[in-house]
Amino acid sequence: MRVGLFVPCYVDQFYPNAAIATLKLLQKLGVDVHYPTNQTCCGQPMANSGYEHLTKNCNSLFIENFAAFDYIVSPSGSCVLHIKDHLHDEKREGDAQGIRKKVYELVEFLTDVLKVEKITAAFPHKVGLHQSCHGQRGLHLSSMTELVDQPFSKPMQLLKQVQGLEIIELTRPDECCGFGGTFCVAEEAVSAKMGKDRVEDHLMNGAEFITAADMSCLMHMEGILKRKKSNVKVLHIAEILNAG
Amino acid sequence: MSRAAILSAILNNQPQTTTLPEDLQFDSPAKSVVTDKFVQMINFIGGRVVIIHKVEDINLYALEHYPPGARLLSPMQALDFYTPFTGEEDPHEFVNAELAVFETHFAVAENGAVWVTEDKMGARVLPFITQHLGMLVREENIVATMHDAYSVIGNADYGFGTFIAGPSKTADIEQSLVLGAHGARSMTIFLLKSEI
Amino acid sequence: MRDRMSTTSGIKHAELSDIFNKDEERVNWHDDTLWWIRAKRDKAAHGISEWELLRETASQIKNNVLSNLHDYLIEFESKAQANGIIVHWAANAEEHNKIVLSLLKGKGINQMVKSKSMLTEECHLNEYLERNGIDVIDSDLGERIVQLAKEPPSHIVLPCIHKKKEEIGQLFHEHLGTAEGVSDPQVLTETARIHLRETFLTRRSALTGVNFAIAETGEFVVCTNEGNADMGAHLADIHIASMGIEKLLPKKKHLSVFLRLLTRSATGQPITTYSSHFKKPRKGQEMHIVLVDNGRSVQLGRESFRNSLKCIRCGACMNTCPVYRRSGGHSYHNAIAGPIGAILAPNLDMKEYADLPFASTLCGSCTNVCPVKIDIHDQLYKWRQVIVKEGHSPAAKTIAMKVMDFTLSSPTRFKLAGKIGRWTLKNAPFTVNNQLNLWFKNREMPTPPKESFSEWFKKNNK
Repeated sequence: MRVGLFVPCYVDQFYPNAAIATLKLLQKLGVDVHYPTNQTCCGQPMANSGYEHLTKNCNSLFIENFAAFDYIVSPSGSCVLHIKDHLHDEKREGDAQGIRKKVYELVEFLTDVLKVEKITAAFPHKVGLHQSCHGQRGLHLSSMTELVDQPFSKPMQLLKQVQGLEIIELTRPDECCGFGGTFCVAEEAVSAKMGKDRVEDHLMNGAEFITAADMSCLMHMEGILKRKKSNVKVLHIAEILNAG
Repeated sequence: MSRAAILSAILNNQPQTTTLPEDLQFDSPAKSVVTDKFVQMINFIGGRVVIIHKVEDINLYALEHYPPGARLLSPMQALDFYTPFTGEEDPHEFVNAELAVFETHFAVAENGAVWVTEDKMGARVLPFITQHLGMLVREENIVATMHDAYSVIGNADYGFGTFIAGPSKTADIEQSLVLGAHGARSMTIFLLKSEI
Repeated sequence: MRDRMSTTSGIKHAELSDIFNKDEERVNWHDDTLWWIRAKRDKAAHGISEWELLRETASQIKNNVLSNLHDYLIEFESKAQANGIIVHWAANAEEHNKIVLSLLKGKGINQMVKSKSMLTEECHLNEYLERNGIDVIDSDLGERIVQLAKEPPSHIVLPCIHKKKEEIGQLFHEHLGTAEGVSDPQVLTETARIHLRETFLTRRSALTGVNFAIAETGEFVVCTNEGNADMGAHLADIHIASMGIEKLLPKKKHLSVFLRLLTRSATGQPITTYSSHFKKPRKGQEMHIVLVDNGRSVQLGRESFRNSLKCIRCGACMNTCPVYRRSGGHSYHNAIAGPIGAILAPNLDMKEYADLPFASTLCGSCTNVCPVKIDIHDQLYKWRQVIVKEGHSPAAKTIAMKVMDFTLSSPTRFKLAGKIGRWTLKNAPFTVNNQLNLWFKNREMPTPPKESFSEWFKKNNK
């Protein structure tokens, strides 16, 4: 099983630790991971802004980099969802369809493909889990409070295996953080307010760290935490699963 | 003419036909708990339940709760305040109705609603214009869900029919629930228990 | 009387939301209130084990309606006429308004009482009638309040959810004679009851909306908690019902599914107090129904967006939408706000409503609460593509996106751009950390790492 590591553009440039942790975690679990060095971006920022027609280059570059792998894994629910839903290429449509079937977000790869039952990690802290919308409602990483459904959570399943970790309970377990791509500046007032409210929920319930499967949500909440001069830090779930 | 234009546009634009669900079978509370569920729902929606053993018991209730001058009305012949409606009355005539009591076809346990049609109302406006509302429900006529309800209604013809669930209400002012908006201020269910 | 809609026409959601967010405490109050209603909806939904099956059934019924709308409308018309209901067809808002006016003028009526109808908001009926000498009173308490305030409703089910009780008290003091400073909801509601009772008793004409119309039997259903639709209709000489053509259901039994879903989705109640089935006019009364198109047949032809016509106007999407709760209905400058408004409005006027599909993070909560399973957030994404393609996107944004495409389509350019970004943040933060940078208004920028992942990988994986 050859796995291609797909690192979101902004994670590559601004949050490399999330990608490093992802790589190390997969290697620890015995996965043959490769990192195609010519990757850039999945195209989501443009597509979500209404410019899907400008993502042809990103699409073909993505296919070029990843078509040959058995699985493609990424520490990003929203990027994976975008690829799953929107990857197309006039010249290599077969490859595009193939990729859409074998692209996985990190958490679901661990629970559904590797079927990990024992993570050796230690992180003795109070952690708030932010349910990133695309991962939750798009990739169905966990049950959703709106639906009448059996409760389950793949991220929780993994976090529960981490020694010493205490998951705090939130007042609104799956409300959106307000990042939303270009929304974060196009609708700055609402975006910031949504982020503030999310952060407040975690702080009120005693989180020392906020984690998620999406660095974009965390980047947004981190910006607000730092502006508040809070001691609470954000960490991608890969970093926690790889800790201690 | 607009009718032709609209229909033609629709015919052009509507998609391929899809199947229509016909068989509406869903979980129901069992018959044994249906009465309890109904009573529970009536209390939840702001109504009250008075258990009676014969229809005439309603007369006693009315005597106890309404002063002699109050205008009480009902199309039910068994009651003291039976009103021989002609069906020709000006609806404005009923403006000072204090209590009006009606017979229901059936009641629905899942939401506390009762079904009444025009032929049991005396006048369409009466269940709404009266200050206080009374509804006779026979226990054996309580059904579990709305699916059962429409089964019972079947093809029955009526000029006007309504489900009424509790007293009128509004929460438009800062989500504070207030009972008694434009319809009845209170709703009393006279629950006629079945003979065991 | 000026058009209530035109007060914010031209100004877009982002700017209006910015203004709304100046009062943070009020935003918290608005958000908490609507979240509470969402929570009540959750409780009601979770009380029905077959809830998801009900949604799927409702969705399929509505799919069938849309795909056979032509025949169902003809069937409904024929059955309604046989019942003694007079059926009118209006291609657009203007025609609808003209029909209503002519019905009133024909009977020498110049006063009308109205119960809640979002369709008439869409058609700006009140303003039209007022301009033509008809006095209209909205009888739904929330609608009466916004009418007195000379504002449009901000929510399709809870028209004055944006108003505090003190403000309502003040309005009632000014217009209905309550004492100054009175804000108790019980007292205010009682005042409205007495005031509107007088209205019901003196109006010869009543206009209602239509929640559902049944093709099989030619009857229509009006759902209220207050009883105002019934009070108006049963006392009037002429009852006019305004209905969007998509509001049909095939058979009476299908009402069971929708009456179970509607109010639970809207407010968490098991059913509205009144679900009145109007089939034949009262003896001596005229009953009319106006079937309105106003862009619906066009939307029906839009493959990506036709599902929006399944909407039963419950408002659940608004209650759950984190953006709606923190921006308020008026920020959508449209009769219907929130997620459903954002996918209906661009069909009517793409230029005016180009901003609405972007007033969202695409979180998907709306799609989950929709009782008829409209794929709302997917439609928001698709509208974005259409709006950009039709040229309604600002030039600056298009340029920025093209630059992004240029940068991201080459690994070399991408790595260089990233490096420059990190260098700038590290060495010249003032160029980025200022009020020109919208991100920076309320958030710190990310700390630039010393190397990117790809640089680290190159070093550590020879």
